[in-house]
Amino acid sequence: MARITAGVTTSHVPAIGAAIDQGRTETEYWAPLFAGYDWSKKWIAHERPDVVVLVYNDHASAFSLEVIPTFAIGCADQFEIADEGFGPRPVPPVIGHPDLACHLVESLILDQFDITVVNQMAVDHGLTVPLSLLFGQPDAWPVRVVPVAVNVIQFPPPTGERCYQLGRAIRRAVATYPEDLNVQVWGTGGMSHQLHGPRAGLINRTFDNAYLDDLTSDLDRLRSMAHIEYLREAGSEGIELVMWLVMRGALGDAVTPLHRFYHVPASNTAVGHLVLDATVS
Amino acid sequence: MKVHEDLDDIPGTTVFTAARSHLGFHLNQFCMSLMKPENRERFKHDEAAYLAKWPLSEAQRNAVLARDYNEMIAQGGNIYFLAKIFATDGVSFQSAAASMSGMTTEAYAQMMLHGGRSPEGQRSIREGR
Repeated sequence: MARITAGVTTSHVPAIGAAIDQGRTETEYWAPLFAGYDWSKKWIAHERPDVVVLVYNDHASAFSLEVIPTFAIGCADQFEIADEGFGPRPVPPVIGHPDLACHLVESLILDQFDITVVNQMAVDHGLTVPLSLLFGQPDAWPVRVVPVAVNVIQFPPPTGERCYQLGRAIRRAVATYPEDLNVQVWGTGGMSHQLHGPRAGLINRTFDNAYLDDLTSDLDRLRSMAHIEYLREAGSEGIELVMWLVMRGALGDAVTPLHRFYHVPASNTAVGHLVLDATVS
Repeated sequence: MKVHEDLDDIPGTTVFTAARSHLGFHLNQFCMSLMKPENRERFKHDEAAYLAKWPLSEAQRNAVLARDYNEMIAQGGNIYFLAKIFATDGVSFQSAAASMSGMTTEAYAQMMLHGGRSPEGQRSIREGR
């Protein structure tokens, strides 16, 4: 049977992708950020997951304002790289796992989560920057990906509790998939940042570090956190953090933190990164 | 709605609600069109002519031409859609964010290097915190 072995959280700032694509990872500005992922790159090379269920948000790339799905799962064989206004990132196409994705969609809908099915979509930095951070610049991604897109662009995003419960349902669904697959669940976005208006540039180091702490020590606080608290404390775009709770729900009750990293700034954003082990002896 | 009172209580912030999405629909859809290189070229060649194809309000049209991002947001623009405009211009997200906060790119970059904008006094207008 398929099993969820680990979870990863990471910010997905577009400028990180640009730094990788343009060979600037060793600069004074960027080197400290990429150093925070060295451990994780070695770890994942050893773990060799078959599939990543990658929870991210589209940034006006695949979804315009015509249709705004709250939760959507990509069931395609392959996902092209979006042109976000300056040409597509020079990274390989993302290979899906349509059979697992279809299983997830069916299981989740029957488990009370009304998922939008996506059979064709391009993926943007929200999905590809985390892949680059963990896998570097391979000719082909060494993992299949089931994209789980969450609306965090138009208010309101799903609540943190709903995201957490979706993660729990993903865990139940993966456990009934017959093939022996090593599955990881990644939650991306965050941490504190605001990209618009006079308050742009807001960073809340205290809030962010408490959030990193409580993913393993006080999950109830995060599950019940209201949107307004994210918006006030972590900036308007910091509300992406609800997506981390999908990952956390998918890992089950007990987790072991393996790696933690926090860095300010990446362009306008605070970067947070966790690796959590889900295998309980 | 109580929730909107709270959203409007955050200093310097415009939360992209369903009503703003409705107001800014055509503005944001115009931005989406800039994901195609041929459309970026047509826009750069003659901005006013390109914009004329979209049913924008006068205020929206003028804000785009003036690259007044705060005004575009006031007229229903969403930052991730508007990003297609400054990407077309070759302007970084950090420079665009700096302009919206009334800072020079250099001063803003320095603020970010020093830990970003403090949340102190930036959480609530009515509570002054």
